[in-house]
Amino acid sequence: MTDALSRSPAVTGNADDSEGMSYLENIPRKLVTLWMPLFIIMFVLLFPFYWMALTSIKPDAQLLDMESVNPFWTTSPTLKHYYALLFETEYPRWLWNTMFIAIVSTILSLISSVLAAYAIVRLRYTGSQTVGGLIFLAYLVPPSILFIPLSSVVFQYGLFDTPFALIFTYPTILIPFSTWLLMGYFKTIPYELEECALIDGASRYQILTKIVIPLAIPGLISAFIFCFTLCWNEYIYALTFLSSSEQKTVPVAIVTSFTDGDAYRWGAIMAGALFGSLPLVLLYALFVEHYVSAMTGAVKE
Amino acid sequence: MTAPPHNKNLHPKMSSSALNVADKHSVWSHLKTNRNLLGLWFMLPAMAFLILFLAYPLALGIYLSFTDIRIGRTGEFIGLENYFWLWDDPVFWTSVFNTILYTTVASVFKFAIGLYLALLLNKHLPFKAFIRAIVLIPFIVPTVLSAIAFWWIYDPQFSIISWTFQKFGWIQSNINFLGEPWNARWSVIFANIWRGVPFVAITLLAGLQTVSPSLYEAATLDGASPWQMFRYITYPLLTPIIAIVMTFSVLFTFTDFQLIWVLTRGGPVNATHLMATLSYQWGILGGKLGEGAAVATAMVPFLLACILISWFGLQRRKWQQGETDD
Repeated sequence: MTDALSRSPAVTGNADDSEGMSYLENIPRKLVTLWMPLFIIMFVLLFPFYWMALTSIKPDAQLLDMESVNPFWTTSPTLKHYYALLFETEYPRWLWNTMFIAIVSTILSLISSVLAAYAIVRLRYTGSQTVGGLIFLAYLVPPSILFIPLSSVVFQYGLFDTPFALIFTYPTILIPFSTWLLMGYFKTIPYELEECALIDGASRYQILTKIVIPLAIPGLISAFIFCFTLCWNEYIYALTFLSSSEQKTVPVAIVTSFTDGDAYRWGAIMAGALFGSLPLVLLYALFVEHYVSAMTGAVKE
Repeated sequence: MTAPPHNKNLHPKMSSSALNVADKHSVWSHLKTNRNLLGLWFMLPAMAFLILFLAYPLALGIYLSFTDIRIGRTGEFIGLENYFWLWDDPVFWTSVFNTILYTTVASVFKFAIGLYLALLLNKHLPFKAFIRAIVLIPFIVPTVLSAIAFWWIYDPQFSIISWTFQKFGWIQSNINFLGEPWNARWSVIFANIWRGVPFVAITLLAGLQTVSPSLYEAATLDGASPWQMFRYITYPLLTPIIAIVMTFSVLFTFTDFQLIWVLTRGGPVNATHLMATLSYQWGILGGKLGEGAAVATAMVPFLLACILISWFGLQRRKWQQGETDD
């Protein structure tokens, strides 16, 4: 009934692509209430990236000279800063460290979370509901209250200043999130499939690898991307647990390593920041829908 | 005696589900005996990580805050001395004030702008998916790396904002964004809002998309104004998701470290220290792990309050959807 009501004006009145009640709005009104605020917000959100990119290709002279040239543009773009970054610093090494740590701890966390989420949702052992609640609480424990005791734990275990200090601590941030996300995905898989497999004599392990995981691939991709992003983004543990330059990750190294005496090498810093975001932006561009569903799924489930 | 048939009449589904349970029982009965053991094995990796690197350090942190441990030497138990010492320290109270100011102002703006942006994006737009993808970019890029962009934008000499304002003739000299206490506070708050808006907007947008358009159509027929539609349809339906999103947002703003550490390191003269940065400054750089742990532990009561609010938000959402805890 409501469908018929809403569609009739669109069909009889104007044959454009108007949807729902959008025929009630005209163009000038839309310009003020929709496009202008949207444009302003988008401009503010994106300007820092434009500024970062522009700074990274400006020659040094133009960086500090705002009078003779318009700072919003550059007349002679250069890749000098990128060259310096990749061939005259340890940047490739830091990039590799970050990538290695992020991938290993993401995989470790995903394996643990798949097993835990499956056990909580489908094995339903005694107290599984409580454990599910505790895992959600673990998601709410922030790194900033853990880094001091963790630094002494990491030191006791002899992991200080090794990649393993981060590889073993990042899962504490990632497991609660991805377990929570995967629990939501596993709940949507029909129980009957598992029952059939059980009747056919499949073991729990076989059910997990042959039925549940293939059906939960979208959830796994979402969890992977989100975990990878969180690892890449992590700062306080990396800052506290790593001390030597060749062990550092990109976010830690870039803040401290590009100074000539007192002067900051802004071109190289910006090039490094932009280049360091590139893997994440690429991953994001390829899997936007998965990313959004990971973000909103964790909140909604 | 009257109860079982009464129930059956009310819920015809129950009888069939009872049958299912009986069916399952025969198939599962042999596994049911060792299900707990199986569950234990499946939980083992996750539990190992969470206990060794989360639960144990959490408890250890609270214990350390009662000791005078320093880097390189084990501490003695000194009771509440660290806390008494914090109580008398004006720098600590500045950091508490900053944390509350930072969290309150940033969260209010993140919520307002995020909700507004979500409402805009929920309208009928061309290239909607593309615009939504662009909006999320500040959230994807690592905080430290975007904070570096702000660091350069806020440069005392070569700030592009100062330059633009001077060209327009609004100001005479460069703004010292990060050098004056209050300028620095507002600058870091702005950068935090910038970073947090996309998360709030996109999650609220996901909530908005579940609201049925026919509700708005019915309200329009009844002559409701846009504000009334927002107040009496959108807002009530969105409340549970707002509760959760804002809990997360408040939690992560309250414990923020990265942005402040890159932009100001707590300066000028401790004016922008949050509790997290102060804890790092004293605990790791100053080497007084005990005092640092005390600052970090002082954040716990607030976090507990956040968690409780979030918990009741979740309960309410389940109740609204009629979802049982199955």
